Amino acid sequence: MNDESQRLPVVTDQDVVRVRQLVRTVAVAVKLSLVDQTKLVTAASELARNTLVYGGGGEVEVTRVHNERRGGIRIVFADRGPGIADLDLALTDGYTTGGGLGLGLSGARRLVDEFDIDTEPGKGTTITIVKWCR
Amino acid sequence: MERVPVLKIGDILLVSIQIDMEDQVALQLQEDLAERIVATGVHGVIIDISALDIVDSFVGRTLATIASVSRVLDAETVVVGMRPAVAITLVELGLSLPGIRTALNVELGIAMLGSREDDGEPEDDEPDPVVVTES
Repeated sequence: MNDESQRLPVVTDQDVVRVRQLVRTVAVAVKLSLVDQTKLVTAASELARNTLVYGGGGEVEVTRVHNERRGGIRIVFADRGPGIADLDLALTDGYTTGGGLGLGLSGARRLVDEFDIDTEPGKGTTITIVKWCR
Repeated sequence: MERVPVLKIGDILLVSIQIDMEDQVALQLQEDLAERIVATGVHGVIIDISALDIVDSFVGRTLATIASVSRVLDAETVVVGMRPAVAITLVELGLSLPGIRTALNVELGIAMLGSREDDGEPEDDEPDPVVVTES
């Protein structure tokens, strides 16, 4: 069973900071190791910024999850922006349309255990990540 | 908007980032530092990130830009105090911070800048305490 989710809007720079803080709080609560907390908060920061910059804003949902063996955190980043036309390209290290380093998506994927993208041009993008306790 | 204070100590500007910076704060710091380097004529900048529990690609890029801009303005930048978990995460993220000099703490950072006298190359002018003699 999963616990109740916490949601935050992502509309300003300050909201990205709030997402980081919420994710850290939950990561500590589920007892992720310090390195895993750091990886998860970093991934969340990258993806929340993408939601803001590329998606034109959206919402983040943070949920404590459990399976038979262990606990973890699931975070969903949803926007109704332009979507991602070429997903393979977007997931390539160094590719950017926003003038950044092009490490946001590809880098965030490396930092988590599960990474799923649902995107459609013109409809928006939803990215779901999960980090499990070891 | 919060602002990160820039302190001048001798020939060095010292910045200790104590807050979870929103992106605009990081960009403001970049501008403030460039202006202060020119205004004060210092040759070294130390950025202490020991209070940061993450460095994402935006902050990483900002640090790299600060280092490049400083160099153009004849000042060397040393980033000090990175936490081990942050280092592990940065490398996995794909950011190796090329062009940024690092030291483990402020003291070592200051020593690194002190050895800069002639050029950008750090020189170890202290005698090596371990003397290996061939038998």
